Amino acid sequence: MAKTQDDMQELVDRSYKHGFVTDIASETLPPGLDEDVIRTISAIKNEPEWLLEWRLKAYRRWLTMDAPDWAKLNIEPIDYQAISYYSAPKSESDKPQSLDEVDPKLLETYDKLGIPLHERARLAGVAVDAVFDSVSVATTFRGRLLDAGVIFCSFSEAVKDYPELVKKYLGTVVSRGDNYFAALNSAVFTDGSFVYIPEGVRCPMELSTYFRINAANTGQFERTLIVADKGSHVSYLEGCTAPMRDENQLHAAVVELVAMDDAQIKYSTVQNWYPGDENGVGGIYNFVTKRGDCRTQVETGSAITWKYPSCILRGDDSQGEFYSVAVTNNWQQADTGTKMIHIGKNTRSTIISKGISAGQAQNAYRGLVKIMPSASNARNYAQCDSLLLGDKCGAHTFPYIEAANPTAKIEHEATTSTIGEDQMFYCLQRGLSEEDAVSLIVNGFCKEVFKELPMEFAVEAQALLNVSLEGAVG
Amino acid sequence: MLTIKNLHASVDDTPILKGIDLALEPGKVHAIMGPNGSGKSTLAGVLAGNPRYEVTDGSIEFLGHDLLDMSTEDRARAGLFLAFQYPVEIPGVNNAYLLKAALNAKRTYNGEPELDAFEFLSKIKASMKIMEMSEDFLKRDVNAGFSGGEKKRNEVLQMQMLEPKLAVLDETDSGLDIDALKVVAEGVNRLRDEERSFLVITHYQRLLDHIIPDHVHVLAGGRIVKSGTRELALELEARGYDWISSEAVAS
Ligand SMILES: Nc1ncnc2c1ncn2[C@@H]1O[C@H](COP(=O)(O)OP(=O)(O)OP(=O)(O)O)[C@@H](O)[C@H]1O
Ligand SMILES: [Mg+2]
Repeated sequence: MAKTQDDMQELVDRSYKHGFVTDIASETLPPGLDEDVIRTISAIKNEPEWLLEWRLKAYRRWLTMDAPDWAKLNIEPIDYQAISYYSAPKSESDKPQSLDEVDPKLLETYDKLGIPLHERARLAGVAVDAVFDSVSVATTFRGRLLDAGVIFCSFSEAVKDYPELVKKYLGTVVSRGDNYFAALNSAVFTDGSFVYIPEGVRCPMELSTYFRINAANTGQFERTLIVADKGSHVSYLEGCTAPMRDENQLHAAVVELVAMDDAQIKYSTVQNWYPGDENGVGGIYNFVTKRGDCRTQVETGSAITWKYPSCILRGDDSQGEFYSVAVTNNWQQADTGTKMIHIGKNTRSTIISKGISAGQAQNAYRGLVKIMPSASNARNYAQCDSLLLGDKCGAHTFPYIEAANPTAKIEHEATTSTIGEDQMFYCLQRGLSEEDAVSLIVNGFCKEVFKELPMEFAVEAQALLNVSLEGAVG
Repeated sequence: MLTIKNLHASVDDTPILKGIDLALEPGKVHAIMGPNGSGKSTLAGVLAGNPRYEVTDGSIEFLGHDLLDMSTEDRARAGLFLAFQYPVEIPGVNNAYLLKAALNAKRTYNGEPELDAFEFLSKIKASMKIMEMSEDFLKRDVNAGFSGGEKKRNEVLQMQMLEPKLAVLDETDSGLDIDALKVVAEGVNRLRDEERSFLVITHYQRLLDHIIPDHVHVLAGGRIVKSGTRELALELEARGYDWISSEAVAS
């Protein structure tokens, strides 16, 4: 034990020699990635030895892997030594102290989205003690969840408070060596969310609400783990409907969902790939609305997102559902998809994904459905639709199906459509403005997903699309 | 109401309309007939502002405005309505929602207050009764899966709700059964008054038994080759178009 602590101290000291400042908790690591950096991250987070080992194994594995073929995505090779892998949460005094200090453009967007007042300050990164409203809301939610026995906390908290659960399930859906980005994420992830629904419990609320209030700072290597124990039920909406502070060009997230016998997990996500920040001021999102601004994006590099929520249907009769909407605009590059792995008997899964590309954006979607030999009578339905606005953007769909049990039933449908000139003309002829017409058609396209969202988020998601696509036509 | 002078229009650099002159007075119904491919839908599309068509010459005046200077949506809001020959399907978009958005866009443009959900609903239900449409169509997606005849009824329903000053009906009678034809004609006739004008494109004299036109024009080869009264439609029904073409050539 003492030895371990000495080791850690030594590491921190060693880091210092490499140029790290002493007050590490409020600083950012210099760019670069090696084993020391990983040891430092783990030390800063006070992680147990096994987790550090786990990270290091992932890192060593990553070193042996080749970067994925970005053929479909038009991007420069990423310099992994140019990225900083740890940035401590901003100290309260560095944050804006009230909404008055927040970029009015961001507030205007919140207003357009209809984000409740009590959540705006949190999302905009205002110091916590200035945000009484949302703190109390969060506390109320936390109480309700605890009463039901549901664990919902940050990943770091889970490592501290529920190490056994984390150890048991971490990496069981997306293994360390699953792919290049999963390996990188496993080595350097900083935080994310952890959910555990105990046996037989139906989660008393849609987890999104609480999540959004608490997850304003998930960072670029985010890690989510959701475990639904036997006979439990959970619906989780990833809190991306509202834009949040973000300054990163590369996102590589891992989302692991585990469903035990008779458990049901519904995971929805509405992803707004706003490009990274434009002016470098306060790391506030850059709401590029005009085509003319695109050049700025070229100069600052493209925002890239890589994300594949993966679900493992481990128990018999378990069910998994994915609903997602992803919007890419301007020069953004998104590589997303889902993975559904059937292990239990009579497992069922549904995947509905809608991708919208505008401007010069490229949106790639990969859907893997894997039926293990044990999964007799497994059923999967996947539908993947892409909508293009204009002729400079692209959408690419790659379905991968691996069925190792002959009783499996798998259905896959994919469509790509362009907003028809005829549809536009029809709406304009009825007196709608171009923007209203696009919004109407795009929202119609996403309806199958939006109807799965809780009411307030459905409304917000629709508003989000309008904001994301402003100026996308004409 | 509408004055078209020497209108030339092309699609993908192919000239389709080759000098159209036409004047519509308020309160009048003009019918346009003519062989397939003669440019009838092109004329309707040019009036409504379909970007497919390029106007290469001529002018159009609509209610004192230069129509060709107006955007598609402003033409609509100012009171020009086109009932499409092939109404498009818009999946996921609620039929009533589109119509409400359209109506309120128009009302806002004209300085009128927007209709609330209740006012809108009672108005549309009354119109649906006239069009003998089931209220199920309120909830369905715009034209998605509608039968040919249902699409046409839906166009006339929209026209009733939007109360245009000039309605262009492009073969609204095609694909209708005999009863539906009467319903659609009734939907049009109820809107007829001193102010409102109609441009009715059709292949069949039968429609003109129900919607009695003041003038009938024959469009052939991108030009109006003959104009007359109701009787002209009857004559076309009996003799076809060939005799006009030769007459036009002769003159
Ligand atoms: N892209 C194009 N290039 C060349 N010609 C075209 C193009 N699009 C349409 N046309 C032609 O324009 C002509 C006029 O078409 P339009 O639809 O106006 O005819 P119409 O009188 O409405 O016919 P119908 O009675 O069959 O509805 C047709 O001959 C058609 O083939
Ligand atoms: Mg036609």
